[in-house]
Amino acid sequence: MPEPILQTEKLSKRFGAVVASDAVTLDLVPGEIHALIGPNGAGKSTVIKQIAGEIRQDSGSIRFAGRDIDRLDMVARAQLGLARTFQVSSVAPEFSGLQNVMLAVQSVERKTFRFLRPALKDKPLMTQAMAHLERLLLDDRAHVRAGDMSHGERRALEIAIALALKPKAFLLDEPMAGMGPENTAKLIEILDDLRAEAPILLVEHDMDAVFALADRISVIVYGRIIASGTPEEIRANEEVRGAYLGDEGHDGAA
Amino acid sequence: MMTREAAISLLIAAGLLAAPLLGNAFDEPFVITLATKVAILGLAGTGLNIALGYGGMVSLGHAAFFGLGGYVAGILASHALNYEPLFTAPLLVEGTTQMLIIWPVAIVVSGVAALVIGALSLRTTGVFFIMITLAFAQMVYYFAISWPAYGGEDGLSIYIRNEFPGLNTLNPLHFFAICYVLLILAIGLSFLLSQSRFGLALNGARQNAQRLATVGISPFRVKLTAFVISGMMAGLAGALYADLNRFVSPSMLSWHTSGEIMVFVILGGTRRLFGPTAGAALYIVLENTLGDVSEHWLLLLGALLVALVLFARGGVIGILAGQPRHA
Repeated sequence: MPEPILQTEKLSKRFGAVVASDAVTLDLVPGEIHALIGPNGAGKSTVIKQIAGEIRQDSGSIRFAGRDIDRLDMVARAQLGLARTFQVSSVAPEFSGLQNVMLAVQSVERKTFRFLRPALKDKPLMTQAMAHLERLLLDDRAHVRAGDMSHGERRALEIAIALALKPKAFLLDEPMAGMGPENTAKLIEILDDLRAEAPILLVEHDMDAVFALADRISVIVYGRIIASGTPEEIRANEEVRGAYLGDEGHDGAA
Repeated sequence: MMTREAAISLLIAAGLLAAPLLGNAFDEPFVITLATKVAILGLAGTGLNIALGYGGMVSLGHAAFFGLGGYVAGILASHALNYEPLFTAPLLVEGTTQMLIIWPVAIVVSGVAALVIGALSLRTTGVFFIMITLAFAQMVYYFAISWPAYGGEDGLSIYIRNEFPGLNTLNPLHFFAICYVLLILAIGLSFLLSQSRFGLALNGARQNAQRLATVGISPFRVKLTAFVISGMMAGLAGALYADLNRFVSPSMLSWHTSGEIMVFVILGGTRRLFGPTAGAALYIVLENTLGDVSEHWLLLLGALLVALVLFARGGVIGILAGQPRHA
C-alpha cells in the first residue's frame, strides 16, 4: 500500500462520562475512499472534527501530509490541504454559490488581503470558481443565494467549495444526508471521480453509497473501531452484523 | 443602469453639498455648521459601518477611536500654540497646527488603539464583544478625565482652527469642503473594500465564521483588519470634530458617543454606503427640530429606532431603496 496521507494514532476524546473516541487509529492512502460507518452517536463526526481541528483530542495524535498537525488550528489545517464538509451544511447563506466558491479559490491563492480591486470583476477568480461549480453540476445555480438553494444543492455546493481548495484529502461528513435517490446517484458518480484527485474519508449512513464507493470501511461503535477492511470483509464480519449492519439495515436517515 | 440605492446615494451626496451653499446664500451660517457636523459624524459612522455592517462586529467602543482622534488634534495644536514641544528627548517633537500632519497622526493613533482593543475583543463574540469594547472605551474615557495635563474633565480648547494649505479653515464653507471631501473619499474606500476579495472574506466572516476558517482564511485576521480600518476612519472624524468645535473633551470618548455613532449606522442602514451619513443627517435634523419643541425628543428618536429595527432592517436607505442585490 502507498504511504498514507492522513493518519490518526490512538485518538481519544471524552465528553464528561461519554467516551466519544476510544483510541481511534485509522489512515487514508492516496486514491482511496475510506468509509467510516457506525450507528448514530457512535462518534464518527467527533473523529472528523478532531482531524479538522474543530475540537482537540485528549490524547493521541494526527499526522497529515508528512507532519504532525496536532498543534495546528482549523485554518492552518485547511491551508495544508484538508477539505471538510459538514453534517449540517455550513455555507455563507447571503452569498451566491459562486461567491462561496470564490472564497475558497482566493484562499488557495493566498490572496485574500487585496483591498481595492473588485472581486466580481476578477476574471480568473470567477472562471476557476465556476469550473468547480460545473463539476458539481451547479453552474446554472451559480448566482442563486446559497440560502435559497435546495438542501441537495447546498450539499453539492459544500463539495464544490472543498474541491476548490485543491486539497490533499477530503473529509466528508454525511454528504448524502437528506438527499433524494436521484441526487444520491449523481453524487456517488461525482465522489467516485473525486478520489483520483484526493482520497476521501467518508462518513455516511447510506449503506448503498458506502458499499458502492468505499475501498475500505471502518466500523465505529461507542467511539471504538471494531472492524476495518474491504467492503467484502466488513459484510462478512459477524461482529459488525451484530453491532450495526443487521439491526439498522439500509436506513439512510442521519 | 443605476440602481435605486445608487440614485438615493447621489441625492444624499448632492443634498449634503447643497445645504451649506444655500445656508451661505441665505446668510444662515448655522446651517453650514450643521452640514459640517453631518459630514464629520457621517464619516465616523462610515467607519463603524465597516466593522458593524460588513463585519458584523457590534462595537460599542468606537468613541475611543473618535475621541483619540480628537485628542490628537487638540494636543498637537495646544503644544504648537503654546510653543511647548511634546518631547525633547530622544528627539525634539513639536506640536503642529497643520491638518495634513494631524490627520495621519490621528489615523495612526486610533489605528493602533483599534489593533490592541480589537485583538483582545475579537476573542469573544456577541454580547461579550459589545461589553468588552464598551469596557475598553470606558477605560480610555476615565483615563482622559483623570489626566490633568490636557484639561482632564474640563477638556482642551483649540483657540484657532488648525490649518490646511490653500484654504482658510476659519471660513465655514472651506472647512465644510474639507470634511465633505474626506467623507466622500471614505465612502468611496468603503465601496472598494466591500467589493474586493477582502470584502468577500469580511462579509463571509459575518455570515459564517466557521465556513471561512474551513476554507483556510482566518476570520480573526480578517475581522481585526476591518476593525482597524474602521477605527482609523473614526479617528480621522474625531480630529475633524475637534476642529469643528475648537474643543476636545472626554465626552467625545464617552459611551454615549459610541451609542450615537451606532444609532447613525442603524438609522441609515447597515451595509449601505450612504447609510451612516443619512442616519447622521436625520439624527441632527431631528435634534434641531424636535429638540427645539421638546427636550424629550430622544424619546421619539428611540421609538423611531425601535420601529426601524423591528420593521425595516435596512434602515432609512433600506426603506427607500429596497433589498440590496446579491452577487
